[in-house]
Amino acid sequence: MSTPKAMQQSFALRFSSGAFLAFWCLLAAFPIFWIAVMSFKSPVDAFADSPWDVILGPATRANGDGLSLLDIVVGLVVLYFAIRWAFTRLPGLVRQYCPPGLLVLGWVFGAIAYALAFVLIFFGLLPLVLGALNSILGPLGAPVLGLTTDHYVAVWGENEFYRNFLNSMLVTAGVVTISLTVGTLAGYGLARSGSDLAFWLLILALVFRALPHSVLVAGYLPVFINSSEILRPIFGDGAPTLYGQPWAVIAVLVSINQPFTIWMLRSFFQNIPAELDEAARVDGCSHFQAFRRVIMPVMWPGVITTGLFSFLLGYNDFLVTSLLLDAQNQTMVPAIAGYFNRETTTTDQVEAVAAAVSITAPLFLLVMVFQRQIVSGLTAGAVKG
Amino acid sequence: MKFKTFAAFVGPSVFMMLLFIAAPLVSVFIQSFQVTQPILEQIEVETCTPGFVTQTCTTEIKTVPVLDDSGKTVTETRWVGLQSYRNVLQMEKFWSAVGNGDWNAIMQIDFWKALRFTLSFTLLTLPLVIGVGLAIALAVNNATRAIRGPIIFISLLPFIITPVIGSLSIYWLFVGDGILTAMLERWSGTNISMFAQAWTIELLMYFYRVWHVAPFAFVIFYAGLQTVNMDTLESAVIDGASRWERLRHVIVPHLMPLIIFIALIHLMDCYRVFEEIVGFRSQAHVISLQWLTYDFMTPDDAGNRAISRASASAMLTMVGIVFLLILPLRRTWRDHKGSAH
Repeated sequence: MSTPKAMQQSFALRFSSGAFLAFWCLLAAFPIFWIAVMSFKSPVDAFADSPWDVILGPATRANGDGLSLLDIVVGLVVLYFAIRWAFTRLPGLVRQYCPPGLLVLGWVFGAIAYALAFVLIFFGLLPLVLGALNSILGPLGAPVLGLTTDHYVAVWGENEFYRNFLNSMLVTAGVVTISLTVGTLAGYGLARSGSDLAFWLLILALVFRALPHSVLVAGYLPVFINSSEILRPIFGDGAPTLYGQPWAVIAVLVSINQPFTIWMLRSFFQNIPAELDEAARVDGCSHFQAFRRVIMPVMWPGVITTGLFSFLLGYNDFLVTSLLLDAQNQTMVPAIAGYFNRETTTTDQVEAVAAAVSITAPLFLLVMVFQRQIVSGLTAGAVKG
Repeated sequence: MKFKTFAAFVGPSVFMMLLFIAAPLVSVFIQSFQVTQPILEQIEVETCTPGFVTQTCTTEIKTVPVLDDSGKTVTETRWVGLQSYRNVLQMEKFWSAVGNGDWNAIMQIDFWKALRFTLSFTLLTLPLVIGVGLAIALAVNNATRAIRGPIIFISLLPFIITPVIGSLSIYWLFVGDGILTAMLERWSGTNISMFAQAWTIELLMYFYRVWHVAPFAFVIFYAGLQTVNMDTLESAVIDGASRWERLRHVIVPHLMPLIIFIALIHLMDCYRVFEEIVGFRSQAHVISLQWLTYDFMTPDDAGNRAISRASASAMLTMVGIVFLLILPLRRTWRDHKGSAH
């Protein structure tokens, strides 16, 4: 489609709009890119006041940690082929070895296996081979770019960050599954019922969405701490103390997330024509069967999108998890606050940076894979309702 | 749909919301009028130290908590009326400061300090987010199709990042002699420390929030721009409207519902500003209402949580939410009544 002449833009306008976009992209990506760079440098370099020192890392290189030209070239080549392979061959392999009904599971399994193989090759095999090559090559093998993975090793190994990671995974997985199960039922009910009651429920959910989370936590905290005494008359001596229990936090986060989930799922359900379930009902399905067999199969995009946002809520939460979980069940985001308190040396600071990057990496992958769904989710509520 | 089926579908969700949102609200409301304290009793203790000829014995009166059979402290819950609210609001200090016209004295009181920051944060970032979001959307809409995907990808990063980590990443750029502080120092030739005074921290917080939320506004505006009526635009061109006039009179009115939607969501989210305080470690200078409640709830050095004061400040925070929601709710109610008749 060609633009009419009157709508064409002057060069100055196009140039300034392009420049603005470039500036915005720089602004958007720079802080994230920069902490990723910092996390690989020794403390002196990471907090150096000249940007070049941070990027090139002279102090890190002086310690003998660094990449030579050969490392960089080989690393980039391997990376390129790994990414290409993931997009060209991996889908075929997954489809080939996976029973047709379980494609989602197959993808999860395939992604995990791929990630493991990648980590093994890239961080296990490659350094060994390149180390030997570098020592033979002499000047070509001398490090030019300071880079160290010490902080990641310290964070994940010594500080046992993987415990926090597992807790985070447990909490987010719980939040996503329960939110979606409860939310799709409610969203469907609300989308198909035009009654006043449905309207009032939605308004109530909107009010609940506006509540600050600290208000709610102020209500949970005393009850959760004393819950074993409160629940004893009902459950006997086995009554649990809810404080510090991941599943109690899951329940709390699911409920906090419900208003948002049902609004979003409702708007997705409204896009599915009601004739579809009417047809199923004529064929003798009950409401629930129509929902289960006819509507759900066409609802997957909406469910995935909503699941993504539930995931973000559970994964990013700081307030609820930091107040309701104790130290040994802590998730990743509150655990990083622990670094502030003992942040005495600059090494601790860089370890905190490495932990922060470790938390961000999965989100980065998430945007990469699900960009389309995230965009559709953002616009679903707004443009139609 | 029959009521019974409807109830079966909606039941679990409503049950969870009632149990974990409505019930805590009621209990916070009740707690805010109560104080739970350990029961203390005074006992006479005789301590004897061995001395020459006879022991030296002293008796003193100590205040100790009463313990029950299992060795736990016994607590009692008393009704104290508005005492907790008075502790949080500190009205007499407030009024005397108002009487003297002493703004700084008001800002010494945590609650008023938090309220001031929360309100200015909410109101100042709102136009910025809408403006920046709209600007990015227009620029992306102008760009070649091929680069739109990557730009949307990069733009989503600030939005998707964990808020605490996002504010930390900006904090690390400025902390101490971080590269951006060093750059500012080289430009201005003065010694700058961004985290030593309140106003610079606040500026960084405003920046962070706009950086974090503008992508959300951008994506929604961008979707809205795809549905602008081309015929109207063309007739505007024929009528001789300049580019600016077209934006002002055709595009913005078309996007108005979206602007209202974003403003509403932004007001709700900004009013709960919290993660920035943690990320920028600004407790000493700048605090927000939600952080105040959080601070009351975190155990102090002795391991006590000020639950009743937390409840009082939570209820006071709620007052703001009511004001915030009155307008949109009245609108929705009018729309609903209009559609029913």
